[in-house]
Amino acid sequence: MLHFLISRLMLLVPVFFGVTLVAFGFIRVLPGDPVEVLAGERGVSPEKHAEILAQLGFDKPLWQQYFSYLGDILQGDLGVSIITNRPVVEEFFELFPATVELATCAIIFALIIGIPAGIIAATKRGTWVDQGIMGLSLTGYSMPIFWWGLLLIILFSNTLGWTPVSGRLSFIFEVDHVTGFMLIDTLLSDEQGSFWSALHHLILPSVVLGTIPLAVIARQTRSAMLEVLSEDYVRTARAKGLSPFRVIAIHALRNALITVVTVIGLQVALLLAGAILTETIFGWPGIGKWIIFSVFSRDYYAVQGGLLLIAVCVMIVNLIVDLLYGFINPRVLQQRNKT
Amino acid sequence: MKNPTVVSKSLRVQQWREFWFYFSASKTAVAGLIFLIGVVLMALFADVISPHEPAEQYRQFAKVPPAWKDGGQIQFLLGTDYAGRDMWSRIIHGSRLSLLAGCVVVVLSLSIGVLLGLVAGYRGGWLDSLIMRVMDTIMAVPGLLMALVFVAILGPGLLNAMVAIAITYTPSFVRLTRASTLTELNRDYVTASKMAGARPMRLMFISILPNCMAPLIVQGTLSFSTAILDTAALGFLGMGAQAPMPEWGTLIAENRDLMLSAPWTVTFPGIAILLAVLAINLVGDGLRDALDPKLKRS
Repeated sequence: MLHFLISRLMLLVPVFFGVTLVAFGFIRVLPGDPVEVLAGERGVSPEKHAEILAQLGFDKPLWQQYFSYLGDILQGDLGVSIITNRPVVEEFFELFPATVELATCAIIFALIIGIPAGIIAATKRGTWVDQGIMGLSLTGYSMPIFWWGLLLIILFSNTLGWTPVSGRLSFIFEVDHVTGFMLIDTLLSDEQGSFWSALHHLILPSVVLGTIPLAVIARQTRSAMLEVLSEDYVRTARAKGLSPFRVIAIHALRNALITVVTVIGLQVALLLAGAILTETIFGWPGIGKWIIFSVFSRDYYAVQGGLLLIAVCVMIVNLIVDLLYGFINPRVLQQRNKT
Repeated sequence: MKNPTVVSKSLRVQQWREFWFYFSASKTAVAGLIFLIGVVLMALFADVISPHEPAEQYRQFAKVPPAWKDGGQIQFLLGTDYAGRDMWSRIIHGSRLSLLAGCVVVVLSLSIGVLLGLVAGYRGGWLDSLIMRVMDTIMAVPGLLMALVFVAILGPGLLNAMVAIAITYTPSFVRLTRASTLTELNRDYVTASKMAGARPMRLMFISILPNCMAPLIVQGTLSFSTAILDTAALGFLGMGAQAPMPEWGTLIAENRDLMLSAPWTVTFPGIAILLAVLAINLVGDGLRDALDPKLKRS
């Protein structure tokens, strides 16, 4: 296991440096002079210009600039936001829990519906139930989620009035910031009903963000199930006279889930991309909305830092999924150890 | 076997027949293909089909609902937007931009991806490692975010959005091509043409590449549909095609404020995106079933 972990980590090292190069290059290749870009429309005097250039280290050779940037990163310094004048790292981790909370709820929604749907489709293969589920999941997979979000707002928030339009919590509640996860914070606070309000605010964004993962999970569960159901050991289990439920839920599902776990891991990068759209539509104060705002307000240090931090998050999640995969399916570990 | 060109021609016809036999087994794939052809025709003949100019503003007819609703007018089939522009005409013209974006993205990312993948797989060594690590880096960042960053550098606009999206799609083509190249490289026919003195370029493009095509075609089709979605998403965020271009995502963005008072201005462009993407995905699924040799039972 340790060997496996180390070999995986070694693969991540060049990718990490690659991402730092992209993030470093990002500010350097922006059209125009870096100081003028940073100063924006206000403009600066020539003396001030040279001073800032030296202060930011832009007057040094590129390789020196890159190494001092690397040094800063390794000390956790990703620069200061031009708009708010606060460290980028601080801003990022303040908003990060909101995105994690949303993404977690979205993936839970996708799993709760997607796995049973996939199992049902596989066991009723070829029937109208199967075709219906697969048709729906292909539609979900083809969905422009920003439009889907707007449609759901029109229907559930405006016509039916069931769910709030935007935000994380109704403004009548005041909840202390403890963990940053609204569902936990509201449970910890003594505000009556605030938990339900937080949950209410989560429903539509989770459904929207979870739609594409749901479709993918349903499709993958179905095909994994179909493959497993045709195996000999499943036939043996059936022949032993086990109930169909037991055969499917205990014998077949366990092996089918191996494929599904990998798929969930692949969804994480997609989830973060989807979060950009979902958070923008629902005014969700998370990383996605923040990065869009930063791009629009030309807050380049925030974009640079956000890019790096998000890439690191994706890398960490992929590593965890890889390890989990080895854990669920020890055969993979042994094979990889041999090579 | 007297005339080799005739043989290869009839072989090709036979291959097409076989392909069509498997492809047409799926009714949904054929339905998707027919719909897709319809969309392509719509894009080609947009000027002839659309009842109005897409940018023409009929100020006295602002926010007219669709024809079948109360207050709807027959000359504006799907209603009009805040400036009195005909939604149906705008959607028809938008199909040009969306299909164009899909094509450009796929052609760019496919050609760059195939080239890099072939070189990586054929050459191996440090060049292979370098190419693959660069691709890993691109894949570590969520696609839409990477595209946003590129658009932030290049400036918003449809062309830049297409280039940005193409960059984020390249790694999947590189990986596919490299993997197939590695399997093909050890086959006897490659060794044979190497012995016959074929040069690397010929080996890569004429011997190996045609045998890697099946997965690339499937991936290309699926990328075509996601490219349309991503272009629309960037348009929606204001980073892609700029108003007044009738790109579908941009249409939704510019009418977002009317979402409640004139919901049709948001609903129909979205349906257009959904149907086009769905049709392409149906075709893609059909292609995968028809081209994947593992599923063939011949």
